[in-house]
Amino acid sequence: MTAVAIAGLTKRHGGRAALDDVSLTTEAGQFVALVGPSGSGKTTLLKSINRLVEPDEGTVALDGREVRDVPLAELRHGIGYVIQSIGLFPHMNVAENIGIVPKLMGQGIDRTAELLELVALPPEMATRFPRELSGGQAQRVGFARALAANPKLMLMDEPFGALDPVTRDSLGRSYRALHDRLGLTTLMVTHDIAEALLLADRIVVLIDGRIRADGTPAGLLVHTDPDVKAMVDVPRRQAERLASL
Amino acid sequence: MSPAFAEALAELPALVRAHLLLSGSAVAIGVTVGLPLAIIGARNHYVRTPLLAFAGLIQTIPALALLALFYPALLILGQATGLIIPALGFLPALIALSLYALLPILRNGIAALQGIDAGVLEAADGIGMTRRQRLMMVELPLGAPVILAGIRTAAVWTIGAATLATTVGQPSLGDLIFSGLQTENWIRVLTGCGAAAALALIVDGLLALVEAGLRRRSRWRTRLGLGALIASLALTFMPLSRGGAAADTRPMVVIGAKNFSEQYILASVIERRLRAAGFRTERRDNLGSTVAYQALANGDIDVYVDYSGTLWSNILQRSDTPPPEAMLATLTGELHRRDGVLLMGRLGFENAYALAMRRQRAEALGVRNLDDLTRAAPQLQLGADLEFLTRAEWRAVQGRYRLAFAGQRSFSPTFMYRAVADGSADVITAFSSDGRIAALDLVTLADPGRALPGYDAVLLVTATRAGDSRFVAALRPLLGAISVERMRQANLMVDRDTDKRTPAEAARWLDAAQR
Repeated sequence: MTAVAIAGLTKRHGGRAALDDVSLTTEAGQFVALVGPSGSGKTTLLKSINRLVEPDEGTVALDGREVRDVPLAELRHGIGYVIQSIGLFPHMNVAENIGIVPKLMGQGIDRTAELLELVALPPEMATRFPRELSGGQAQRVGFARALAANPKLMLMDEPFGALDPVTRDSLGRSYRALHDRLGLTTLMVTHDIAEALLLADRIVVLIDGRIRADGTPAGLLVHTDPDVKAMVDVPRRQAERLASL
Repeated sequence: MSPAFAEALAELPALVRAHLLLSGSAVAIGVTVGLPLAIIGARNHYVRTPLLAFAGLIQTIPALALLALFYPALLILGQATGLIIPALGFLPALIALSLYALLPILRNGIAALQGIDAGVLEAADGIGMTRRQRLMMVELPLGAPVILAGIRTAAVWTIGAATLATTVGQPSLGDLIFSGLQTENWIRVLTGCGAAAALALIVDGLLALVEAGLRRRSRWRTRLGLGALIASLALTFMPLSRGGAAADTRPMVVIGAKNFSEQYILASVIERRLRAAGFRTERRDNLGSTVAYQALANGDIDVYVDYSGTLWSNILQRSDTPPPEAMLATLTGELHRRDGVLLMGRLGFENAYALAMRRQRAEALGVRNLDDLTRAAPQLQLGADLEFLTRAEWRAVQGRYRLAFAGQRSFSPTFMYRAVADGSADVITAFSSDGRIAALDLVTLADPGRALPGYDAVLLVTATRAGDSRFVAALRPLLGAISVERMRQANLMVDRDTDKRTPAEAARWLDAAQR
């Protein structure tokens, strides 16, 4: 089943095209990584889905419904959104942060304990404030907040970007497990090609607002495009150098 | 306890209440207007830039001038629209102070909203908050400490600046400060300043408590601070609603006074007479010279004492100097024709502008009159009161005698006399009924060219009171009853340094002496 259908998406910033006629469809349950250098348009593409960016041309449809036709609040309540800066509300404790989307939707059920367990945080975290959390704990709360209203689709913009390498690796694997367990569809923007190769089912490479490559991690490793080749060569060479130490 | 302190203390509760009511309302309006503007300004720089420029501009106008400007502005507005707009008292003070409160509220409000972490705002949008939800649930709670810091600044400024409301006829703690300054009654000045400072500190402390409560997310702090603020504001309103007009049906009259001792004393004398005749009285002290007349013409005050020469040059804009009788006759007719004002008549003494010098200095220089002064002026310093140098009389004096002083400075009257006493001014624009002329051994210089008009003290009554026979009858005995000697004596009682009396005490003495 098609979860996200993007067709002919174009977005211009000044004279420059951040997205240039991009089309992309993902199946439900896929974990898609959007990779590319800075300014390649990957974040613009992601934000076009929950309409934090309005494209100049083209359409985005979720489960067959165009996002333009869905009321904005309803659209965003139904999509989990995780960002690099996390953006926990500093004046709310963990439970209030996690409960914010159900509250906005008018749902009164308290799933704090269940959600904390889902992201592997102890229940006593509920009454802490964001300033009392480590970076990894804070992003786990960020995931719990995004998952609170049972979304089918998760949009993540560099979700592990601000974390130290150890936390980054463990949180990445925890999230991949959650993705599989909950049957989510995930689109994740990252500039870390190794992270994309290790976590995603499918990798879409954007360069200068266009899709340059689109395939499985294994397929990408043997891609012939010189830019793509240069990108995947970085982690491969690093791995080889590490192995030879 | 000294009588001056006892008198100041007796006036304090009413003044504190008026002061709090005025500054509280001004800050409330500042917040009500400023906060929504800050919200709009934080989002839109086309609004923000002119908004901050406007608020900054207001702030550069001295508070005293801003207050004074709203008096004529409201008068003109009232005349243009035909509406009855009270141009004196609460309204002009409220508008000016609200404008004054605006800048810190705007500036901090905009800074607070713009300073919120971009990631937090992106998250708020991303999870599907509407703009309103984002404002109420994220931006305002997070900006609250900084917004509140702005409100604190506004509150402290406003409580300080509200002392100036006295000059537009709105009672405030400034009443004690201004009248104390004029009569060199430092106890009154200190009582007024102390009370204003205490009010500012208490309000600031309570707001600081609320701010700390918001910053630390401590509910009891926020509630305690807010509760105490609301309770104190409620207290200022309460006596007003209890005291009401129903309790006392005697007619209320408002007596005006300009900003010097003689005026306070005469206003007190008028007040004594009207009270004896069964009127309730209110005072509007420390009015500016032209404000006082306009207030009377507009019906904001019912009665006050002015001086024929002042009315002649300031109100009728005349620069000639006819004989006193002719001037009085013209004034009586013209003021009635223009504003329906009743000039009841002369009180019996003159308070003329007279250039005065210390006797010793005048004799050493051989200066006896203004012709002599023309010769001596280039080596002398002139000390003038705050308005003389801009008045028609000064132009008339200059036209006749061509005085070219080595330097000239303006002082408030009290300090003008100090300046001539300590030698920092050689010639001052003294007032002929001032007790300090004799006390400081000054000589007034003759005016052979008759450049200075007569300044007979006259009693002026507003149009709506002119037909009130009981009112007029109560004041008629004052006409021709106050000699210049007695007025000087009364003025000196208030102005001298030792055995000082309050204007009310001097008025009792003056009143008793001529009954």
